[in-house]
Amino acid sequence: MAHEIKIPEDVDLPASSLWSKLWIIGAGVGALGLVGTFATYSSNQKHIYHSYLFAFMTMLSIALGCLAFVIIQHVVRAGWSAVIRRIAENAMMTLPVFVLLFIPVYVGVHDLYHWSHAESLDDILKAKAPYLNMEFWRIRAVVYFVIWGVLAVFFYRKSTAQDDNQKDPSLTRSMWKASGVAVLLFGLSQTFASFDWLMSEQPHWYSTMFGVYYFAGSMLGAYAFMTLVAKGLQKGGLLKTAITTEHYHDLGKFLFGHTVFWAYIGFSQFFLIWYANIPEETEFFIHRLHHGWETVSYALPLVHFFIPFFFLLSRHVKRHPTGILVGAFYVMAMHILDVWWLVMPNAGGHMGEKIWIDACALLGVGGAFLAVFGFVMNRHKLIAIGDPRLEESLAHENY
Amino acid sequence: MAKPPRTWGLLAQYESAADIYKACEKVRDAGYSKWDAHTPFPVHGLDKAMGDKPSPLPWMVLGGGLTGGTFAMSFMIWVNAFDYPLNIGGKPLASVPAFIPVTFELTVLFSVFACFFGLWFLCRLPQLFHPAFANKAFARVTDDKFFIIIEAADSKFDKSNTRTLLEQTGATLIEEVED
Repeated sequence: MAHEIKIPEDVDLPASSLWSKLWIIGAGVGALGLVGTFATYSSNQKHIYHSYLFAFMTMLSIALGCLAFVIIQHVVRAGWSAVIRRIAENAMMTLPVFVLLFIPVYVGVHDLYHWSHAESLDDILKAKAPYLNMEFWRIRAVVYFVIWGVLAVFFYRKSTAQDDNQKDPSLTRSMWKASGVAVLLFGLSQTFASFDWLMSEQPHWYSTMFGVYYFAGSMLGAYAFMTLVAKGLQKGGLLKTAITTEHYHDLGKFLFGHTVFWAYIGFSQFFLIWYANIPEETEFFIHRLHHGWETVSYALPLVHFFIPFFFLLSRHVKRHPTGILVGAFYVMAMHILDVWWLVMPNAGGHMGEKIWIDACALLGVGGAFLAVFGFVMNRHKLIAIGDPRLEESLAHENY
Repeated sequence: MAKPPRTWGLLAQYESAADIYKACEKVRDAGYSKWDAHTPFPVHGLDKAMGDKPSPLPWMVLGGGLTGGTFAMSFMIWVNAFDYPLNIGGKPLASVPAFIPVTFELTVLFSVFACFFGLWFLCRLPQLFHPAFANKAFARVTDDKFFIIIEAADSKFDKSNTRTLLEQTGATLIEEVED
């Protein structure tokens, strides 16, 4: 209580730090990954587009989760998160670049979404054509990217403007004001984007919960990513005093909470479909109970819920320096597995077939994501040094 | 004839949260174990200043949750698959997915019971009388004063030494609490 609050000084990324070279490393890995992904294009075209979509949706989920985190911090006027918010802000600034990363999905649309073949649709897909047609699909994609781009740039600009313009509360107030509308825009765009890009891979199937399911995963990915970056920065000798056990404890609570949230949504989606047992609804799970995918389907509740649930349950694990690191790594891996399970069965092959292409795609898009993230991180302070609630965040304690 | 009153403990009054926080650290460092702090509102970090051990309550809640979940699941499997088998919608008799909602609810319910009554147990509730209630000054604990009471049952308790310690902690009033 009443300790002297020291404003941290190690908030600039020194040129000697490995983190300042992240953008080069990311770009290199990304380029190699993408070359590897598309190397066998002539023989594996369909699989390659699915691998790419898997990688794209995985990294997009992390960027979107970080955007949601930033918006939520402003909606609830959170003070505790001021020292870690910048990590999420840097990650959400990758969203404008996802327009470029979207190009392969756009090009591969006929391999990914069979509703896009307007000339050969059955009656059900004809009835869905007013929504699922190429023109509207393109327009919606533009709308999503505009919304995400505008939101990301807006919150980033205001926050970084505070860095030099010490503690200007009017900037914080304008972010608070915008955050309410931002939640609405984000929720709708995120939901419909997941419908368009993931759910419509099986266009006969529908689940109104699908958007929330993808959101739950996004948040897991985002919290795991923020924890890992925070740990990594501290390992690199930065933000030594800024981020404390208390912040990791809270990130751990979010990891734990969203693990439960994911399971709740995932089970609710499965439960209604399983109980009603209507053919057009069961398609999604039937598909994932064959060709080896049943292994992943049965494993997910265990590895994506029970194991992280009991691991992250204890306060001592969340506050333990290694405990939270292991937890974040594990949750991130499970989130990737989850998106893989959502996308790859639609490629038509056996589970794990040509998995090296999937891995290359993840390195490719992941590398590109980290390159942009590293580039953005280089440009400003590592924490929101001008946030009026910085002291509150530095002194944050869980009781 | 009423028994002559015995000393139950020593009560010290403080004027602010900061004062009692520092006082608690001193009493903690002096090695007392049977004592408590009483404040009009929660003082953040006081548990650390008092040197309180982590509460066993989380373990009780975990036990309650596991009990509730196991009970719900096994009870439904027993009823539906063994005691009174009934084919519902062509599903297997022991359909685990159908049992999950109730299992979840009972896990939560038992956790909450364990938490609620566990807290009663740890706080020794219900307790209708406490010797400190007889002390006039102590009434202001619900208003604007902060108190430490060291019980006479503490092995380190010694009327004059304990009083000296409390005096050193900046107490504005020290009185004996009688039983």
